[in-house]
Amino acid sequence: MRRLCAAAGAIAVAASAFAGEIPHSERRSGYDFMSRETRAMQDDDSANPGLLWVLDGEGLWHRKTGTASRSCADCHGDARASMKGVAARHPSFDAAQGRPVSLEQRINVCRINQQKAPPLAWESRDLLALTAYVARQSRGLPIDLAIDQRTRPFLDAGRAAFHRRQGQLNLACSQCHDDNWGRRLAGNIVPQAHPTGYPLYRLEWQSLGSLQRRLRNCLVGMRAEAHEYGAPELVDLELFLMWRAGGMTFEAPAVRP
Amino acid sequence: MASALINVPARARRGEVIEVKTLISHPMETGFRRSQLGALIPRDIIRLFVCTYNGTEVFRAELHPAIAANPFIVFSTVATESGTIAFRWTGDNGFSVAESVTIAVD
Repeated sequence: MRRLCAAAGAIAVAASAFAGEIPHSERRSGYDFMSRETRAMQDDDSANPGLLWVLDGEGLWHRKTGTASRSCADCHGDARASMKGVAARHPSFDAAQGRPVSLEQRINVCRINQQKAPPLAWESRDLLALTAYVARQSRGLPIDLAIDQRTRPFLDAGRAAFHRRQGQLNLACSQCHDDNWGRRLAGNIVPQAHPTGYPLYRLEWQSLGSLQRRLRNCLVGMRAEAHEYGAPELVDLELFLMWRAGGMTFEAPAVRP
Repeated sequence: MASALINVPARARRGEVIEVKTLISHPMETGFRRSQLGALIPRDIIRLFVCTYNGTEVFRAELHPAIAANPFIVFSTVATESGTIAFRWTGDNGFSVAESVTIAVD
């Protein structure tokens, strides 16, 4: 009898270890938790403020810059063809750095190496605009990250960070977004944390913002020390979250409350 | 970089009520917020939005500090004749943006 209990206990422990993981059939984008009005705002291109950044980004795409006096379009041509699906597979591995880089970092790598221009500051209007323009070309495509031998360690680090309790509240990301999604945190519904629409327009920010801005927000909310923009820890977490949302529809630039 | 998005149907029947949607990029800084050092951030808002249809004013809105960034203004008007619908936003610090679209009425 005791052995049976022990066995049952072991099964219960094993089950609880996986209880948090959201089954594929139950995965939902933050879009599904929004009000009808906010959804309408995202769906209508003339109401979605993210499109203002996309418009700016289109201008920047064709503008020559840096000492090389080259525009993005000079190498990549028409973004509608060349950038299709690019945002849906970032962060992706960068051989020179030996680690995955986010879309914002990829744009800055291009600026430094190809355009010979200084990198754009995180959350600056220009970097958000270019990111939004590139991300827009992946709208409607499934998120599809290639995980291989080189990226696996970073994915594991991101997963560990997602499940690690941190901050003065001693919370892990997974406690809200795996275990308690759909319930309320004060007036807000806790979403599943699928980064399907970044960079996105957040009504609270009254601006477009990157996924890293959102992650830093969450860390501050947990009363943990937020990593600097571009920190490897944030990119690893981005990588894990995008992998976790694999197959879901990319919807940038999204609108969130 | 000021940019505006405008959505007006390209064609309409005479007498038809059409919806006009405008979205403009603007921070709409209220003038009540303070910086991290405690200094007041000066007000920077759009004060006035005017829409004219072939020179006739059809819509006007005064904007105030409580209005969110990137104001989205939607209104309707009657398609009377083919021509130009022009928009102008003016505000603090010499902000002035003009846009126009053409509409064909048959």
